[in-house]
Amino acid sequence: MARTTLARVSAPCAVPGPDDYPRTVPPRTPMAGADEERSGLMTIQRRRRFAALTGAGMCAAMVVTACGAPSEDSGLSEEELDCATYEEFGDFTEEKPAVSIYTPITDAEGDAFEQAWAPFVECTGIQIQYEGSNDFEAQIEVRVTGGDAPDIAFFPQPGLMARYKDDMVPASDALAERAAAGWSEDWLQYGTFDGTLYAQPMSANLKSLVWYSPKLFKDNGYTVPETWDDLIKLSDTIAADLAGTEGAKPWCAGIDSGEATGWPVTDWVEDMMLREHGGDVYDQWVSHELPFNDSKVADAVDKAGSILKNEDYMNGGYGDVGSMTGVSFEEGGLPILDGTCALHRQASFYSAQWPDGTEVGPEGDVFAFYLPGNTADDKPLLGGGEFVAAFREAEEVDAVRQYLASGLFANARMKTGAWASAHADADPANAADPMMQLTVELFHDEGAEFRFDASDLMPGHVGSDSFFDEMTQWINGKSTGDALDAIEETWES
Amino acid sequence: MTFDFLDQIPKFVVLGVGVLAFLLVVLGVLYVGNIVPHRPKSLTAGLVFLIPTLVLVSIGLVVPAIRTTVLSLGDSRGEGFVGLDNYVWIFTDPQILGVVRNSALWVVLVPLVATAVGLVYAVIIDQTRLEKLAKTLVFLPMAISFVGAAIIWKFVYDYKQIGDQIGLLNQFMVWLFGEGATQHWLTMPFWNNLFLIAVMVWIQAGFATVVLSAAIKGVPSEIIEAARLDGVNAWQMFWKVTVPSIRPAIIVVLVTMSIASLKLFDIVRTMTGGRNGTSVLAYEMYAQSFPGQQTGRGAALAVVLFLLVIPIVVYQVRNLRQRKEVR
Repeated sequence: MARTTLARVSAPCAVPGPDDYPRTVPPRTPMAGADEERSGLMTIQRRRRFAALTGAGMCAAMVVTACGAPSEDSGLSEEELDCATYEEFGDFTEEKPAVSIYTPITDAEGDAFEQAWAPFVECTGIQIQYEGSNDFEAQIEVRVTGGDAPDIAFFPQPGLMARYKDDMVPASDALAERAAAGWSEDWLQYGTFDGTLYAQPMSANLKSLVWYSPKLFKDNGYTVPETWDDLIKLSDTIAADLAGTEGAKPWCAGIDSGEATGWPVTDWVEDMMLREHGGDVYDQWVSHELPFNDSKVADAVDKAGSILKNEDYMNGGYGDVGSMTGVSFEEGGLPILDGTCALHRQASFYSAQWPDGTEVGPEGDVFAFYLPGNTADDKPLLGGGEFVAAFREAEEVDAVRQYLASGLFANARMKTGAWASAHADADPANAADPMMQLTVELFHDEGAEFRFDASDLMPGHVGSDSFFDEMTQWINGKSTGDALDAIEETWES
Repeated sequence: MTFDFLDQIPKFVVLGVGVLAFLLVVLGVLYVGNIVPHRPKSLTAGLVFLIPTLVLVSIGLVVPAIRTTVLSLGDSRGEGFVGLDNYVWIFTDPQILGVVRNSALWVVLVPLVATAVGLVYAVIIDQTRLEKLAKTLVFLPMAISFVGAAIIWKFVYDYKQIGDQIGLLNQFMVWLFGEGATQHWLTMPFWNNLFLIAVMVWIQAGFATVVLSAAIKGVPSEIIEAARLDGVNAWQMFWKVTVPSIRPAIIVVLVTMSIASLKLFDIVRTMTGGRNGTSVLAYEMYAQSFPGQQTGRGAALAVVLFLLVIPIVVYQVRNLRQRKEVR
């Protein structure tokens, strides 16, 4: 697999001969005690092979003058292509061990990973066998319980991952140290079981966002709200301004998503739990120390309802509040484009849903602002991300885990495609687009308090079944109390 | 993603090895079958052909069935032992009782309606000029996968509260009864089940038509002529001559469809995801096992499904045997 990726990276330029460019890869010092002649030969081979890759890197730098098709480039910096950078992860070039990675990420996004770690593969000699599957959640169960676990898996749900903690290999001390330097305790807690770190975070996506039209805001003199009260005031203003337009309302939403119908509502509720009660109560709620039908949860649900179930606010472009159950989440925010809706709360990954030609950016057709906290200083962040779990104990597996926990990887991956990380060393300037840049910046914010999407942490029959289902019924008119009682009942059963 | 043939070579090698191994096994079995004494009804010759089948059936069916049964007595992780708790849950939890009711609805309605439609259609088009075309048309949906059909019908039932309807059914409602008559069909409690069943009937009616039409053509013309001479009307001809003559074919169609309806998964998953009270046993089995991570409950549902299919299969096998004896 790595072969294709490299071929593609160097494709835009005719691959230069090894001598066409200055060598940026310093000759490796032969290992102590190793056969002098053999290791000397190996150095040359590696240098030759690597010069071609460095050539591709130079191509990235000279794109304007000499080489065409910049989009084909991985965009990695020279340092990221230099083998010296990867020495800290060890040298496996002789054995060329294979490490399999199994993930739910497929197609172009999967390719972007392979582009990002191509130099790592080349320099360390570890052959990463990447396999992405759309059926990851079901297949990982089959593979782990069937004794065919991958070496490394990227879990999008810590709750699912916790099922396999007995099969997982804990982080080595070096990895734990690296992870602690990269991520805050807010993040690490989700990969830590019984006080031991098993899986470090990798990607990060942010859900506490409201999509809007910068043009509409500019034309009408609206400003991005900084507190919850400002947001409600803004909603009222927009509602009054839109009163004359048929079918237009300030907010829009779509919650239909097949068997997962209702999940966008659960995200609202989770955001409100964080805003009303903070991270500690949120954690108790997730771990069921706080019953689901507790009045604190009811407060959060009702706060979400003050927008979601408000007929003056919902559902722009689609009808009344009830209409959102018939609108797919993918279409939920689209009325922003024709002006029948102004605000749509949805995660950073909603970027992908805008039709071709829509400009996403602070001056573009659509962009997002942070869903404000109760005050301007509170910055609770609801989000998600993948965690890197390992099922085989071996040096090469540890090396890959360490690499994936490094700022080096985070920055490289941000360059090869829209992706964000909460890693402390992730530089927002490397983000592929303004949305990813905003995401990284918010995760780096001083006051940020991150919590993982609760429905992904709760037991499956609650988090991805009754919570979704009851919140859908709640939109359809079920009372807050009845809906929460019903969820609590399924949790206890 | 670009397709690099060279990268895929390992997969083709594996495929080639698999096909080769299969051929070798088949040839081996045939060879052994050839060298053992093969008098008629010889036990050894029979065993040579039976053993590979038995081995494959036990690996593919018997072992998983036993394992599923064991799992169904365990907890959500498929470990421990909780006795019959999972079964008690199936028959006491109101939501799952609704699922059982829906499955019953499917098993009763799909075979009956699809067979009735197919039978009437087959009789009507029989001996007409456009018979072939009519048969082709009704058979076409059979060629579409369940998921494809479900997506088509999801569009038919689509509902827009504001703006033009893109759903065919709602547009008909607008034409016939005006704007106010549109409905969000797939969220109407109970009735949404019937809208899903309609999709299955649409797919299966062609199968019934083709099988029954062939059977009708097989009714001996002597019987029909004799009935005509006795002066039957069309109604009597249908009920007293055609239907009894093609009874075995009708039973085959009914049984096949009952089993298909019990196992139905695709339409529910694609169209509603089991929401708004539309889940059925086979879908719930998946929903509990994988998204719900309730291995024990999922396994228990699988066992219940298995038990429900058994009587139908037994009936069918018996039926076949009786017919053989008659011959």
